[in-house]
Amino acid sequence: MKKLVVGMGTCGLSAGARQVYEKVAELVRLHPDDAELQITGCIGMCYREPLVEVREGGRRIIYGDVTPERAEEIFTRHIIGSEVIDEYVAYRLDPDGTPGGTELEFMVPQQRIVLRNCGTIDPESLAEYEEAGGYQGARQALGEMTPEGIIEQIKASGLRGRGGAGFPTGLKWSFAAKNPGTIKYVVCNADEGDPGAFMDRSVLEGDPHAVLEGMVICARAIGARYGYIYCRAEYPLAIKRLTIALEAARKRGCLGEDIFGTGFDFDIKIKQGAGAFVCGEETALFASIEGERGMPRIRPPFPAEKGLWQKPTNNNNVETYANVPWIIVQGAQAYADYGTEKSRGTKVFALAGKVLRGGLAEVPMGTTIHDLVYKIGGGIKEGREFKAVQMGGPSGGCIPRELSDTPVDFESIPQTGAIMGSGGMVVLDDSTCMVEMARFFLDFTQKESCGKCTFCRIGTLRMLEILERITKGEGQAEDVERLGQLANQIKEASLCGLGQTAPNPVLTTLKYYGHEYEAHIHEHVCPAKSCEALVDFFIDADKCVGCTLCAKNCPVDAIAGKPKEVHIIDNEKCVKCSRCITSCNYGAVYKN
Amino acid sequence: MAARAEPFAYRLWRYDGAPGELIPLLQSAQDHFGYIPRRAIKYISEVTRIPESTIYGVITFYSQFRLQPMGKHVVRVCDGTACHVSGAKMLIDTVQDELGIEVGDTTEDGLFTLFTVACLGCCSLAPVMMLNDETHGRLTAAAVRKLLRAYRRREAQQTTVPAAAGVPDSRG
Ligand SMILES: Cc1cc2nc3c(=O)[nH]c(=O)nc-3n(C[C@H](O)[C@H](O)[C@H](O)COP(=O)(O)O)c2cc1C
Ligand code: FES
Repeated sequence: MKKLVVGMGTCGLSAGARQVYEKVAELVRLHPDDAELQITGCIGMCYREPLVEVREGGRRIIYGDVTPERAEEIFTRHIIGSEVIDEYVAYRLDPDGTPGGTELEFMVPQQRIVLRNCGTIDPESLAEYEEAGGYQGARQALGEMTPEGIIEQIKASGLRGRGGAGFPTGLKWSFAAKNPGTIKYVVCNADEGDPGAFMDRSVLEGDPHAVLEGMVICARAIGARYGYIYCRAEYPLAIKRLTIALEAARKRGCLGEDIFGTGFDFDIKIKQGAGAFVCGEETALFASIEGERGMPRIRPPFPAEKGLWQKPTNNNNVETYANVPWIIVQGAQAYADYGTEKSRGTKVFALAGKVLRGGLAEVPMGTTIHDLVYKIGGGIKEGREFKAVQMGGPSGGCIPRELSDTPVDFESIPQTGAIMGSGGMVVLDDSTCMVEMARFFLDFTQKESCGKCTFCRIGTLRMLEILERITKGEGQAEDVERLGQLANQIKEASLCGLGQTAPNPVLTTLKYYGHEYEAHIHEHVCPAKSCEALVDFFIDADKCVGCTLCAKNCPVDAIAGKPKEVHIIDNEKCVKCSRCITSCNYGAVYKN
Repeated sequence: MAARAEPFAYRLWRYDGAPGELIPLLQSAQDHFGYIPRRAIKYISEVTRIPESTIYGVITFYSQFRLQPMGKHVVRVCDGTACHVSGAKMLIDTVQDELGIEVGDTTEDGLFTLFTVACLGCCSLAPVMMLNDETHGRLTAAAVRKLLRAYRRREAQQTTVPAAAGVPDSRG
């Protein structure tokens, strides 16, 4: 019997997967002998969502951009008629492993370790996870391996933390293991606060057991009895799937008391975040779990010594834990074979922004930016020009096109002034103003600063004020110098990573796009034609149909034109409120 | 949501002095009342013995907590990096214009509250917005207006159904 699999991650759902699922469910009810229905997480091809897969005898056919109507057609022609509809196929895998379809370039260069099950198994089914080799790693770790043996394996694999800083995971575990305390905690950081990053969400939604299994192995290695997953509140689906996974794992004896009958006890609780970016910082995260304001604490003491509730704690990122079971089963060497000398293994990147194929791609460390953007990402949308990638979120920076040959790993990226961060890559094209980009990030960090230390609280506000006036065309000649000064002071004197890295977006844009700052300040021009105060609004005569909506919505009567005729904006009167842009159904209003 | 599905009163009753329960209690209060009313702070303080001022401090630290009632439908427009470069401002402007409110406000009829958030984890479908628990991607100004008007229409129908009973309407 054929299996029909609907991708039901958040990305699929927001592209309309629910309607597709309902349609397919109805058809399966009508023809129960022809197909079985299953859900799965995100396979990474977010740009082709909603995705529907037909599986039969080891062959996988994934259809992209499925609407309810297309789903019906697939059902009639493929499920009932056994005909593969080639024109809709995004990706296919034949039983012998030969790939095909239009998305080969996106899928083939990938090495899927973290994402091994995402988009393949039903994330709400423990049986499917086990069938795919799940909990083998934990069985091995709890059975024949010693805690030292586990830590040796992780060390030998070269795995480094995927939450941003890239600290060697095995070494971190050994610190927590060495601490004599009787009560220890294993914490999973699922706060994923960097805007533009969504790999942790995908793993939690698509393969929650992989994270739980990684935590069980870690608990055994350091000798912990309890664990916490701190998940951000903006991810309701991830929380739901985790809750289901926890319950199933307990029932099956993979979690709780006497795991696999080995006498080892370990249980996990989910803690839901409450919307504060700084809670991604581990000491602030502990404060938040403890029920306090999520303010960072001074380190040392480090978490391995005094973490959650002042007890020895090991905290890792979602993706870090998801790697662990694979390493235990396949061996440290198999993992270390991927990547570069100092950055082993693979990394999941979230491609978004102006890139043609936005989604999740897992590639060996050391893949170049060029390959990620052009080969996997397929280049830039709407034929525009590639300008930069933003990496590392608000703590990171913009890497210009000229440096696209930079390999993406923990050594090379910091040399550009950006950071690896958690793997979010927002691709920018020539319509993005870099000064405005810097302002955007400072606005973010300034709002998210917890207020504990002065340099971060007040310094970021001063920087934001300067950037705001530059984007309004009111910049002063000394502003660039002031920004540089403030940036260095904030970097030096802030308490936690939030403040220490907050100036990075400004520093990298100043370094590579200083001329854009100069143009705003001295010529009152925004070279990317983006800053509203420095551009005029126009109506594209080819697109305008004369519906009069823009004129009706203009608060200052700056738009003239008769019904069914092309309208014109009087830029003398215009107050640049953008209401014409938002009211136009034809996308005819543009800035220049 | 699953992790805190237990009702507020039950959670309060069950509280056994375990540390770290304050935030989950506040979350369930907010689920129950739609916001955190003065009296909920008082109940929590009495049960947990945490001073009201400390509770207030925690509430105001986290952006999720509200001290004012929210509208029936909550609109969260994403202004994360990917959405920001793909037209988030246009979405925010459109929602503000359509609803006649600023970010953080609630419409007079109590139907909609508008917030912005920094990333919904759906960046590859930018620009993105969340309406209650549903995420909508690849939005345009026109699509947002259509979506909000559909909600408006549904609300209007629900309130006028008794009066207009018997008038068939093809839209569910
Ligand atoms: C402001 C700030 C925000 C952070 N946000 C996150 C986050 O969302 N997710 C994460 O895993 N780590 C985040 N980190 C890093 C954590 O503090 C910590 O280094 C990490 O979770 C350790 O896990 P790893 O060793 O597996 O990388 C953040 C750090 C800072 C300073
Ligand atoms: S930036 Fe909008 S969903 Fe991530």
